Amino acid sequence: MTVLAVAEHRRGEVRDVSFELVTAGRRLADDLGTDLSLLVVGGDVDGFAEDLNRDGVDTIYTVDEGEEFNHGVYTQAIEQLHAELDPTALVTPNSVNALDYAPAVAESLDIPLVTDVIDFEADGTVEVTREQYGGKVETTYDVDADQYAITIRPAEWPKAEETGDAAIEAFDADIDADLGTTVNGFEEVGGGDVDITEADVLVSIGRGIEEEENLPLVEELADALGATLSSSRPIVDNGWLPKNRQVGQSGKVVTPDIYIAIGISGAVQHVAGMKGADTIVAINTDPNAPIYDIADYGIVDDLFEVVPELIEEFGGEAPDI
Amino acid sequence: MKILVTVKEVAEVDDEFRISGLDIDESSLEYDLNEWDDYAVEEAVQISEENDDVEVVTVTIGPERAEETIRMALAKGADRAVRVWDDSLESAQFLDIDTKAELLAAVAEQEDPDFVLSGVQAGDDANGATGVALAERLGFEWAAVVNSLDLDADAGLASVRRELEGGVEELTDVDLPAVLTIQTGINEPRYASLRGIRQAQRKPLEVQGLDDIGLDDSVVDSPVERTEMYEPESEGDATYWEGSPEETAGELAEFLRDKGVVEG
Repeated sequence: MTVLAVAEHRRGEVRDVSFELVTAGRRLADDLGTDLSLLVVGGDVDGFAEDLNRDGVDTIYTVDEGEEFNHGVYTQAIEQLHAELDPTALVTPNSVNALDYAPAVAESLDIPLVTDVIDFEADGTVEVTREQYGGKVETTYDVDADQYAITIRPAEWPKAEETGDAAIEAFDADIDADLGTTVNGFEEVGGGDVDITEADVLVSIGRGIEEEENLPLVEELADALGATLSSSRPIVDNGWLPKNRQVGQSGKVVTPDIYIAIGISGAVQHVAGMKGADTIVAINTDPNAPIYDIADYGIVDDLFEVVPELIEEFGGEAPDI
Repeated sequence: MKILVTVKEVAEVDDEFRISGLDIDESSLEYDLNEWDDYAVEEAVQISEENDDVEVVTVTIGPERAEETIRMALAKGADRAVRVWDDSLESAQFLDIDTKAELLAAVAEQEDPDFVLSGVQAGDDANGATGVALAERLGFEWAAVVNSLDLDADAGLASVRRELEGGVEELTDVDLPAVLTIQTGINEPRYASLRGIRQAQRKPLEVQGLDDIGLDDSVVDSPVERTEMYEPESEGDATYWEGSPEETAGELAEFLRDKGVVEG
């Protein structure tokens, strides 16, 4: 019996979420009274295993196959190690790559899967907590199975920092080379003229702006404040602002002195990109919006009423929209 | 060529809402086409417009109410629709990832599509897993979180970009048949035209029960059971500025002046 956690790396570096996974995996192993095994697949596995050797890890298994992530290699390696170790729990990050292999592994192993878990309590069976309906509610689920898989939300557990004394073992997985997908490389997106990660003050706009025609309102405010304009995902999806303005998990992580979130509800993917701001001010009509959980100051009101007043405060003129 | 698109009707919660039992009270919910599936439908329809002899079929697990959403997908250009529902699904507490994958796979096996498009996740339960679980069930290849798709049907290949974290995209070739889970922003979903809405009324929408797709009610058996739903306690300690817009804007302005963001 063990807890098996699958680490993640990209372009030669272990990703932070892997160290969070160690913390979460250790806690689950403690709840279950068992040990914690880590698996790292591909790339410089020995170097990665050294990095991942943190306090609380019992064994690190390495599968030296491929350079970067390929779900074909991952599914085969995990399924074979799973058969060998017979773990109670399979734990992965709730990352883009884990969502590319974990559901397939769970189906193939015929074990239940619960994704994006923010908390758990194990005692015989496991009860997990997750968010639903855009973070408006939390739900708990009881998973009544001898073996199961969970993916844990990034940034919910602290990173394991202390060096450990795990055993490191090469696992000889038999990988079928006919993978069905070929990874041809990576590309950074959203270079461009402005680097929002450098800005001291960000005026950030979300879905609440409603129409592209309303953007000049926040542009005028940013001008009046000498601030930089950024946005949440939907604005970029709609093509109203370029990708280099997007704050969040798939965009940029920003750490300004002041972040003014206007018409942004505060979905977890967005918060991941801006919670490091020194001071967060939110303007939103919904008093229950998750953005208020992390805001320092809030105005619960219609942005179309408040922003023009604010522009006038600084001697500007609100555009006609 | 046949493209199967999984379409979900999702529940959206009002700003003020009530929980009754293990779910949000019906009176606090409105229903809409899942945002991610809207992009998947658009992608399929664009492929059908750019190529000859492409049929776009949608598949939905849902009650009769979901037909409004399905008609929306038909109005945007899908050719026909399949809706799966019956009493055992109706009485299930909720449908877990495995159950949804099994239901969708049964329809996919009947339809025999060249590939399947599915939204990355649903806006309500946000599992983000059904598409890949479906691929595994079908023995199809797959790619999750696709934000660009270049299809070479003759070569049996989809060249995709997968949107990773931190503004990095992965360029991947996927062998067909495959399930691709579609990320928002891959295209610009169209509005349904009045003409499209009229035409959608005449497009076939077939309802299938578990028997029809070769399953029985054991499909809803799940080791995963919802035990609680509650509003999370606010972790926030925000200071709220209150009053008229003029007053609140005044407070914020004063704060920004104090912080030295703006002079005077």
